[in-house]
Amino acid sequence: MTDGPAIQAKGLKVHFQTAAGLVRAVDGVDLTVARGAFHGIVGESGCGKTTLARALIGLQQATEGQVSILGRDRAAWAKEDRKGFARAVQFIFQDPLGSMSRRQTVGQTLEEPLQIHGLGDRKARRARVQELLDLVALPATVLDRLPRSLSGGQRQRVSIARALALSPQLLICDEPLSALDVSVRAQIVNLFARLQAQLGLTIVIVAHDLAIVREVCSSVTVMYLGRVAEEGTAKPLFADPAHPYSQALLSAVPSPDPRIEATRPRILLEGDPPSPRNPPPGCRFSTRCPVVEPRCREVEPALRAVQHGGTAACHLADARAHAMI
Amino acid sequence: MNAPIYEVEGLVIDLYTPTVSVRAVDGAGFHVAPGETLAIVGESGSGKTVMTLGPLGLLPEGVAVDLRGTARADGKDILSMSPADLSRLRGGFFGVIFQDPMSALNPMLKIGPQLAEQARRYAGLSADAARTEAVSLLARSGIPDPEDRYDRYPHELSGGMLQRAMIALALAARPRVLIADEPTTALDATVQAQILALIRTIQKEDGIAVILITHDIGAVSVLADRVAVLYAGQVAEEGSAVDVLTAPVHPYTRGLLASVPDFRSDSASGTKEIPGIPPNQAQLEPGCRFADRCDRVQPACHTRRPRLQTVGNGPVPHRVACPVVIAAEGIATHD
Repeated sequence: MTDGPAIQAKGLKVHFQTAAGLVRAVDGVDLTVARGAFHGIVGESGCGKTTLARALIGLQQATEGQVSILGRDRAAWAKEDRKGFARAVQFIFQDPLGSMSRRQTVGQTLEEPLQIHGLGDRKARRARVQELLDLVALPATVLDRLPRSLSGGQRQRVSIARALALSPQLLICDEPLSALDVSVRAQIVNLFARLQAQLGLTIVIVAHDLAIVREVCSSVTVMYLGRVAEEGTAKPLFADPAHPYSQALLSAVPSPDPRIEATRPRILLEGDPPSPRNPPPGCRFSTRCPVVEPRCREVEPALRAVQHGGTAACHLADARAHAMI
Repeated sequence: MNAPIYEVEGLVIDLYTPTVSVRAVDGAGFHVAPGETLAIVGESGSGKTVMTLGPLGLLPEGVAVDLRGTARADGKDILSMSPADLSRLRGGFFGVIFQDPMSALNPMLKIGPQLAEQARRYAGLSADAARTEAVSLLARSGIPDPEDRYDRYPHELSGGMLQRAMIALALAARPRVLIADEPTTALDATVQAQILALIRTIQKEDGIAVILITHDIGAVSVLADRVAVLYAGQVAEEGSAVDVLTAPVHPYTRGLLASVPDFRSDSASGTKEIPGIPPNQAQLEPGCRFADRCDRVQPACHTRRPRLQTVGNGPVPHRVACPVVIAAEGIATHD
């Protein structure tokens, strides 16, 4: 086993050339995820969180930058030992239906990775499939069913089980919860938390539901317009966010208690995030920031240490009146 | 309290496709008064959209429908209306905001003229007045530079701006009831907060009735005066937002709320789960719909359908369809 963090990205950029111009989806991201962490990447649509997740494991080609996975250079590893890399790192997509063959039964879906990697004989593979079903708490009766006939929660369990088939060390999940109903979402969240504890996995989850990220993640990265706005340990960051964007993002999440909601002060941002085709000069959040200063429109702030123990990319971090959340 | 402006009682809606029949709504009802926001809460398939829009004739395409019960708008029976009258009522009396703005806006037409057409037809304005009205509706919906946006096509606007344009479109006919069907589900957190604030402002200023159809407890908490919780086509619990969200009685409501994490409170256990999935509405059993997933289930729950009983003494009736919890916790009922 090689040393090093589960993920280390340096200066990662993903730019897309489109008819309307260059889209800077990910524009200079440094990211470190420790082994055994449950790491959340949060932000609004267009902030580059999904592109970042895909670029980390090479599903999306990076324009610039380097990624090490489990202490090895990702590009070299995937080139030299494609199957070994696939056994170590798995990806879960947002839409489970779109990532499964509609004509394969659940049993075939779960067995296929084992066949491809030549793991065990037929009997051993069957036993492993049963083990996988138990891990994700699905009954054996789903084995002969097609993905279409399963509920949304069951499908997501199948895609998790398939990702676990090769006993990966790192699981990257793109919005695995957003297509699910509230009560089912809690089941899947708890499943991730249980799997992580039980299997010692490193999990990276891309999400826009902040309350859930706070609930389950150990560390978190907040992205805005292709850059990291703030990162740190989840609970302290959520309790005391230093970046005005993180503050606004948290403030936007309503409390389920209407009595709190009736009196709670809110930070209401104006407008939508700008287009990643045309990020503003200086701080990318300066066009919507409630505490913006002239220098913010000129000088892009670097990540620096803040009170909660993480880092934030804001000239004013920790220096102004406190968050209203 | 004001008299209801839209009320539905004992509604049963069966949906038929060539292979299955589904009881989407099973004896449910609700009412909403001017100046009031009612949230209808439920998970996908609970029947919340069909129950609210079905009486107006807005139902899924390609299925046969059998609809029984009563539905009145402004005191008039809408189930016996002629299609022409119902169409007029839908366009003018009701305004609907959908989850996907592109389902309401015509992608081939500029935004402003779509609004003006609506104002001309239903609010009876002249062409010039309708144009002025459309621009002011865009401004009121928080769209910057409304004169410029008047001449834009839908694809030229961002998601949040499109949602605002659709709200402007829904308001163009000066509706008395605004129905918002998952209005913020597709939006980002900071934009969601903006849209919820906008709906609240409009409601306060115009004194209209708002029906919010959603599964998002946060949105309910922000907007609703009253809440009806729907499970498998039946009302499980209803009452004031404060009663239902902070002192829920029905095991389903309790489970639903416990599965919503609240990061402002450390005491909340956060992500409790309700085991299982909602019942197959093509093969419903008698008795309580929630019985199979319920942690308080008794043998009688599987055979006897619970009726709504009034609990508590608040000014807004708090009604709960669970005799088991009411009896076990010694909750006083009066009706």
